[in-house]
Amino acid sequence: MTRIVGHVLILAAVLFFLGLIGVLVRRNIVFMLLSIEIMFNAAGLAFVAAGARWAKPDGQIMFIFIVSMAAAEVSVALALVLQMHHRLKILDTDAAKSLRG
Amino acid sequence: MILAGLILIPAVGGLLAWFTERFNPARPKFAALAAMAAELLAAVYLAAFRSGSARFVVPWIPRFGITIHLYCDGLSLVLVLLTAFLGLAAVASAWTEINERTGFFYFNLLLTLSGVTGVFLSLDLFLFYFFWEVMILPMYFLIALWGHENRVYASCKFFLFTQVSGLLMLVAILALYFLHGQNTGHYTFDYIQLLKTPLSHSAAMLIMSGFLIAFVVKLPSVPFHSWLPDAHTEAPTAGSVVLAGLLLKTGAYGILRFVLPLFASAVRHFAPIAMALGVVSILYGALLAFGQRDLKRMIAYTSVSHMGFVLLGAFAGSRLALYGVVMQILCHGISTGALFILVGGLRERLHTRELDSMGGLWSAMPRLGASLMLFAMASLGLPGLGNFIGEFLVLLGVFQVSPFWAVLASLGFVTSCVYSVWIVQRTIHGPNTRGWNPPDLSGRETVVMAAMSVLILWLGLFPRPVFTAVSPFVENLRQKPQSSAPAPESGRTTGVSRAVRGRTP
Amino acid sequence: MLELLWIIPALPFAGSLFLALLGRKLPRRAIACLGAGSVGICALLTGLVAISFIGHTSSHSFTYTQTLWSWLDVAGFGPSVSLHLDALSLVMILVITLVSFLIHLYSTEFMIGDADYSRFFAQMNLFVGSMLTLVLADNFLLLYLGWEGVGLCSYLLIGFWYGEPQNGYAARKAFIVTRVGDTALAIALFIIFTHLGTLRIGEVMLAARDTWPAGSPIATVTALLLLAGAVGKSAQLPLQTWLPDAMAGPTPVSALIHAATMVTAGVYLIARTNVLFMLSPAALTAVAVIGAATLVVAGFSGLVQHDIKRVLAYSTISQIGYMFLALGVGAWSAAIFHFMTHAFFKALLFLGAGCVIAATDGEHDMFKMGGLRKQMPLVFWTFLIGACSLSAVPLITAGFYSKDLIIWKAYCSARGSVWLWAAAIFGSLLTSMYTFRMVLLTFFGPLRKNATKRPGWPMSLPLVVLAVLSIAGGLVDLPKNFGGGSALTKFLTRDLPSFVTAPGRAVHQGMFGVFAACVSLGGILLIELLMRSRMYEKISESPRAKALHSFWFSGWGFDRLYDLVLVSPYAMLARINRDDVIDYFYTGLSRLSRQGWRGLCATENGRVRSFVLGIALGAAIIIGLAVFL
Repeated sequence: MTRIVGHVLILAAVLFFLGLIGVLVRRNIVFMLLSIEIMFNAAGLAFVAAGARWAKPDGQIMFIFIVSMAAAEVSVALALVLQMHHRLKILDTDAAKSLRG
Repeated sequence: MILAGLILIPAVGGLLAWFTERFNPARPKFAALAAMAAELLAAVYLAAFRSGSARFVVPWIPRFGITIHLYCDGLSLVLVLLTAFLGLAAVASAWTEINERTGFFYFNLLLTLSGVTGVFLSLDLFLFYFFWEVMILPMYFLIALWGHENRVYASCKFFLFTQVSGLLMLVAILALYFLHGQNTGHYTFDYIQLLKTPLSHSAAMLIMSGFLIAFVVKLPSVPFHSWLPDAHTEAPTAGSVVLAGLLLKTGAYGILRFVLPLFASAVRHFAPIAMALGVVSILYGALLAFGQRDLKRMIAYTSVSHMGFVLLGAFAGSRLALYGVVMQILCHGISTGALFILVGGLRERLHTRELDSMGGLWSAMPRLGASLMLFAMASLGLPGLGNFIGEFLVLLGVFQVSPFWAVLASLGFVTSCVYSVWIVQRTIHGPNTRGWNPPDLSGRETVVMAAMSVLILWLGLFPRPVFTAVSPFVENLRQKPQSSAPAPESGRTTGVSRAVRGRTP
Repeated sequence: MLELLWIIPALPFAGSLFLALLGRKLPRRAIACLGAGSVGICALLTGLVAISFIGHTSSHSFTYTQTLWSWLDVAGFGPSVSLHLDALSLVMILVITLVSFLIHLYSTEFMIGDADYSRFFAQMNLFVGSMLTLVLADNFLLLYLGWEGVGLCSYLLIGFWYGEPQNGYAARKAFIVTRVGDTALAIALFIIFTHLGTLRIGEVMLAARDTWPAGSPIATVTALLLLAGAVGKSAQLPLQTWLPDAMAGPTPVSALIHAATMVTAGVYLIARTNVLFMLSPAALTAVAVIGAATLVVAGFSGLVQHDIKRVLAYSTISQIGYMFLALGVGAWSAAIFHFMTHAFFKALLFLGAGCVIAATDGEHDMFKMGGLRKQMPLVFWTFLIGACSLSAVPLITAGFYSKDLIIWKAYCSARGSVWLWAAAIFGSLLTSMYTFRMVLLTFFGPLRKNATKRPGWPMSLPLVVLAVLSIAGGLVDLPKNFGGGSALTKFLTRDLPSFVTAPGRAVHQGMFGVFAACVSLGGILLIELLMRSRMYEKISESPRAKALHSFWFSGWGFDRLYDLVLVSPYAMLARINRDDVIDYFYTGLSRLSRQGWRGLCATENGRVRSFVLGIALGAAIIIGLAVFL
């Protein structure tokens, strides 16, 4: 059992890093959102694996939280993306630098 | 009660001045003048009819042992009198100079004066720190809003120096508070209680340095002096007068009132360094003053030189020197205040402070020339004028303890002579190359100068009342460092201790 | 009468204050009356006080002390403002008030055309008041007040015509150089108070005699510091440089500074503190050597000057050198005697020179004058009397009696030596030479510039009175072999130690006197011959003489030396350090934080991806720390 959990955690870590790399390298905001989604799910996977390891429901509860939060996040984020496209006519995050200090 | 009044009169007067600006922008100065006149009257009343000693105790935050403990002895009295007098002079000197946001200007000026008075009267360390901050902030605004070209830089520098050193003092106050609380079981900020705090040597040195840095920055002594020329140069005249005449004196007062009695043995240990700093300030300040091109900056540096005498004398550990220090504080306040008023007057007329563009002004402005000459002579320590008494007593006292420093500091007589006659030469003497022909001192300015001249002469020829007033303080300080605090009168004792005991946090 | 003593210094102060406050509104006549009148009443009052003082001669050591008010009273330090009158201060105030009054009277006409008439008299009165305070002071602190007061007034008056930058320079130089001496004096006061516990002069002298053994280092240090103070005020080596430049002031000011006030303060100080000097033979020898050296050095410089006032300036330095020499050999009363006669003839010479300068439209250069003898007979004759007195022309002049006394005592004193005597004799030769060089250049020879003005009575009267005094002043101390009774010496011996003669030297006084007289006359003849036979010009043509000439002319290079060693470095340091090297630390600090700010600002580039990177790295670091620590 623990070995499987170990494998699952490694998978989760790989997924998380893939997502992170995606966020870091992609400049298109839609792809960045996709990558964030992958990171969410990697975290969720880790929770599920941990829940299975200790045979407790907490992991699954957390996963449901993450999924619902991801849904909420996507709705807000997509609204922002639409606004961004509407106002700046681009989806390139590097070009939108008004946050610069 | 009168002590609380002394603090409140300027504050209320300031609020009033701010308020009256809504009706008429020319009104605030009258409100301010009236307030300062009332302040001076109250101080004179205190000196004349209450023989200068009074106490006011009201609990403020009993949980932390904080009381509003105001006390006035001879030392506080002479400084409060100086505050009221210079405050009046400062208000008068701003009469025609300030035309924008007059209400807020006078509010800040009077609030600073209120803070200074509070500093001179507080015997509760928390209250003392409170007033210490009260006087800094409005001064910051005075410089930043009504200053000259480089005012933002100067005001920030002033604020940073005084604030950082003030925070160190706060840390030292808290350390003292907790040490005292742990030792005796009741936590209090009351000065008289804290005097009895037993301190280990290292703790005393650390806490003392916290206090001392705040005071020495305010004084200021080399190497913490560099805020002063900028702040003075950029401040409006009234600000310079209050800054040089009073704010610097709070540093000197702090050393006399807090550092010397609280940390008697640490002071003895530290004395050689402090005296060396004092002597360096005297000579280095004079050198810097001589090199300046800006008249206001030049006078600012002379303050560094003069306050070196204060540091030197305060740490000499001789009674004569302490008397000299008090005298030096008073006379420097008056003479430098007067010089700043004169320079302010010159600037108002010539629109410049550059020495290179002045010269030969005596013939055009005989009254100003004579006043400038008098106060330049006071600044070089001419006998017959008050500053001489201060400097001579300091050096005499120091000589009894350490002839070496006294002889070195005596060179200040020569260096002060060099810069003083240079000031005279570059302004009122010499050829009038630019063909200046400004109007002489107005009636208002003449009255201010006459009052200040009379005062500096009086202090030079009949200084005894001042010495009589401060002698209880000085004699106590030298005899028993542990009990040098003014003991509360029996009737009040219960009130104090009840307020002070309160509850521990 | 004695209780009126306080009025004597108070009157000039009051006059000064009044003139300073209201002077500009008064008409000139009123200013003149007030200015000269206050000092005149002072002089009268001094005469009355003197009569009443001498009336008390029944008791041998009578002195009168008047306490006006208690000045300070702190921690055992309690000097009061009190006046002390004894024989020494009486002689001083008599001379000061009399000569000052004559100079004031002279000034009422001399300065009449000046715009700042009232300021002039206000400052002159202040000068006299300070000087009177100085000599009447009962304690050192009050003496110091007067001491600094005359310094201030000299500064104000030398720079009276402040429009000219070089006048301001001369004034500053005078003030600062004397201030150096004053600082030494202040340190001496610290020592005195610390070790003897009082600053009252009388008590100090008694206490010093009791507690300090003769020749002890502390007495020597104190005496040397006092000497440094005296040297500064009296313009002796090495602080003499201010005095020749001080000629920038109006001529009456020069007369006042040089004849009656200020420069003689040093002589007075040493005479007053004679006990301390007696305790320290080394210091006393230093006084004599400084005096002897100064009188010779200044004599040479006087010999080559062009400016008539500068000749007189160097002659003042030289004559004060004689007084120092007298003090140094213990001839205390001879020094005071010479002070008195010098006050008369030097005031006379300055005032005469002032007449000449005024008559030739402000010409100072003697080589541009000449032949004025016929045009201004009164000035010529009085000037000649003054010059004779200065050159110690035997028998008829006051200067002869006082200077001869000093020269003789420099030899026969227990502290004297042949070298001191030789210097004094040589100085006497130089004195005659430069004095008559000045007389010859100014009043004889071809007429180069017409005298345009004749002095009126306020200028003439002082000349006549001073001329009479320059002749008759010697009578007060006529020595025995001339049928006198050495009255002044006897009078002064009440307060000053009596003169000690070296065994075996007190012979042949007559021969020494004759020799000294021959030297003075010889000097006059020599310069007369040199100038008449054009030798003088021939000598001064040679290159070596020219170099020597310029060396002497510039006052033996002292100015250049001080400029090089002290003034320039200080000014340069001040200039370089104008922006305060310590402030660089703080500006450096602020620059450093600004750089840090810049660096951190660079991270806020507005790119979401780099923010994410930052978050990821931060999380990684925190997790790493949590795991590995």
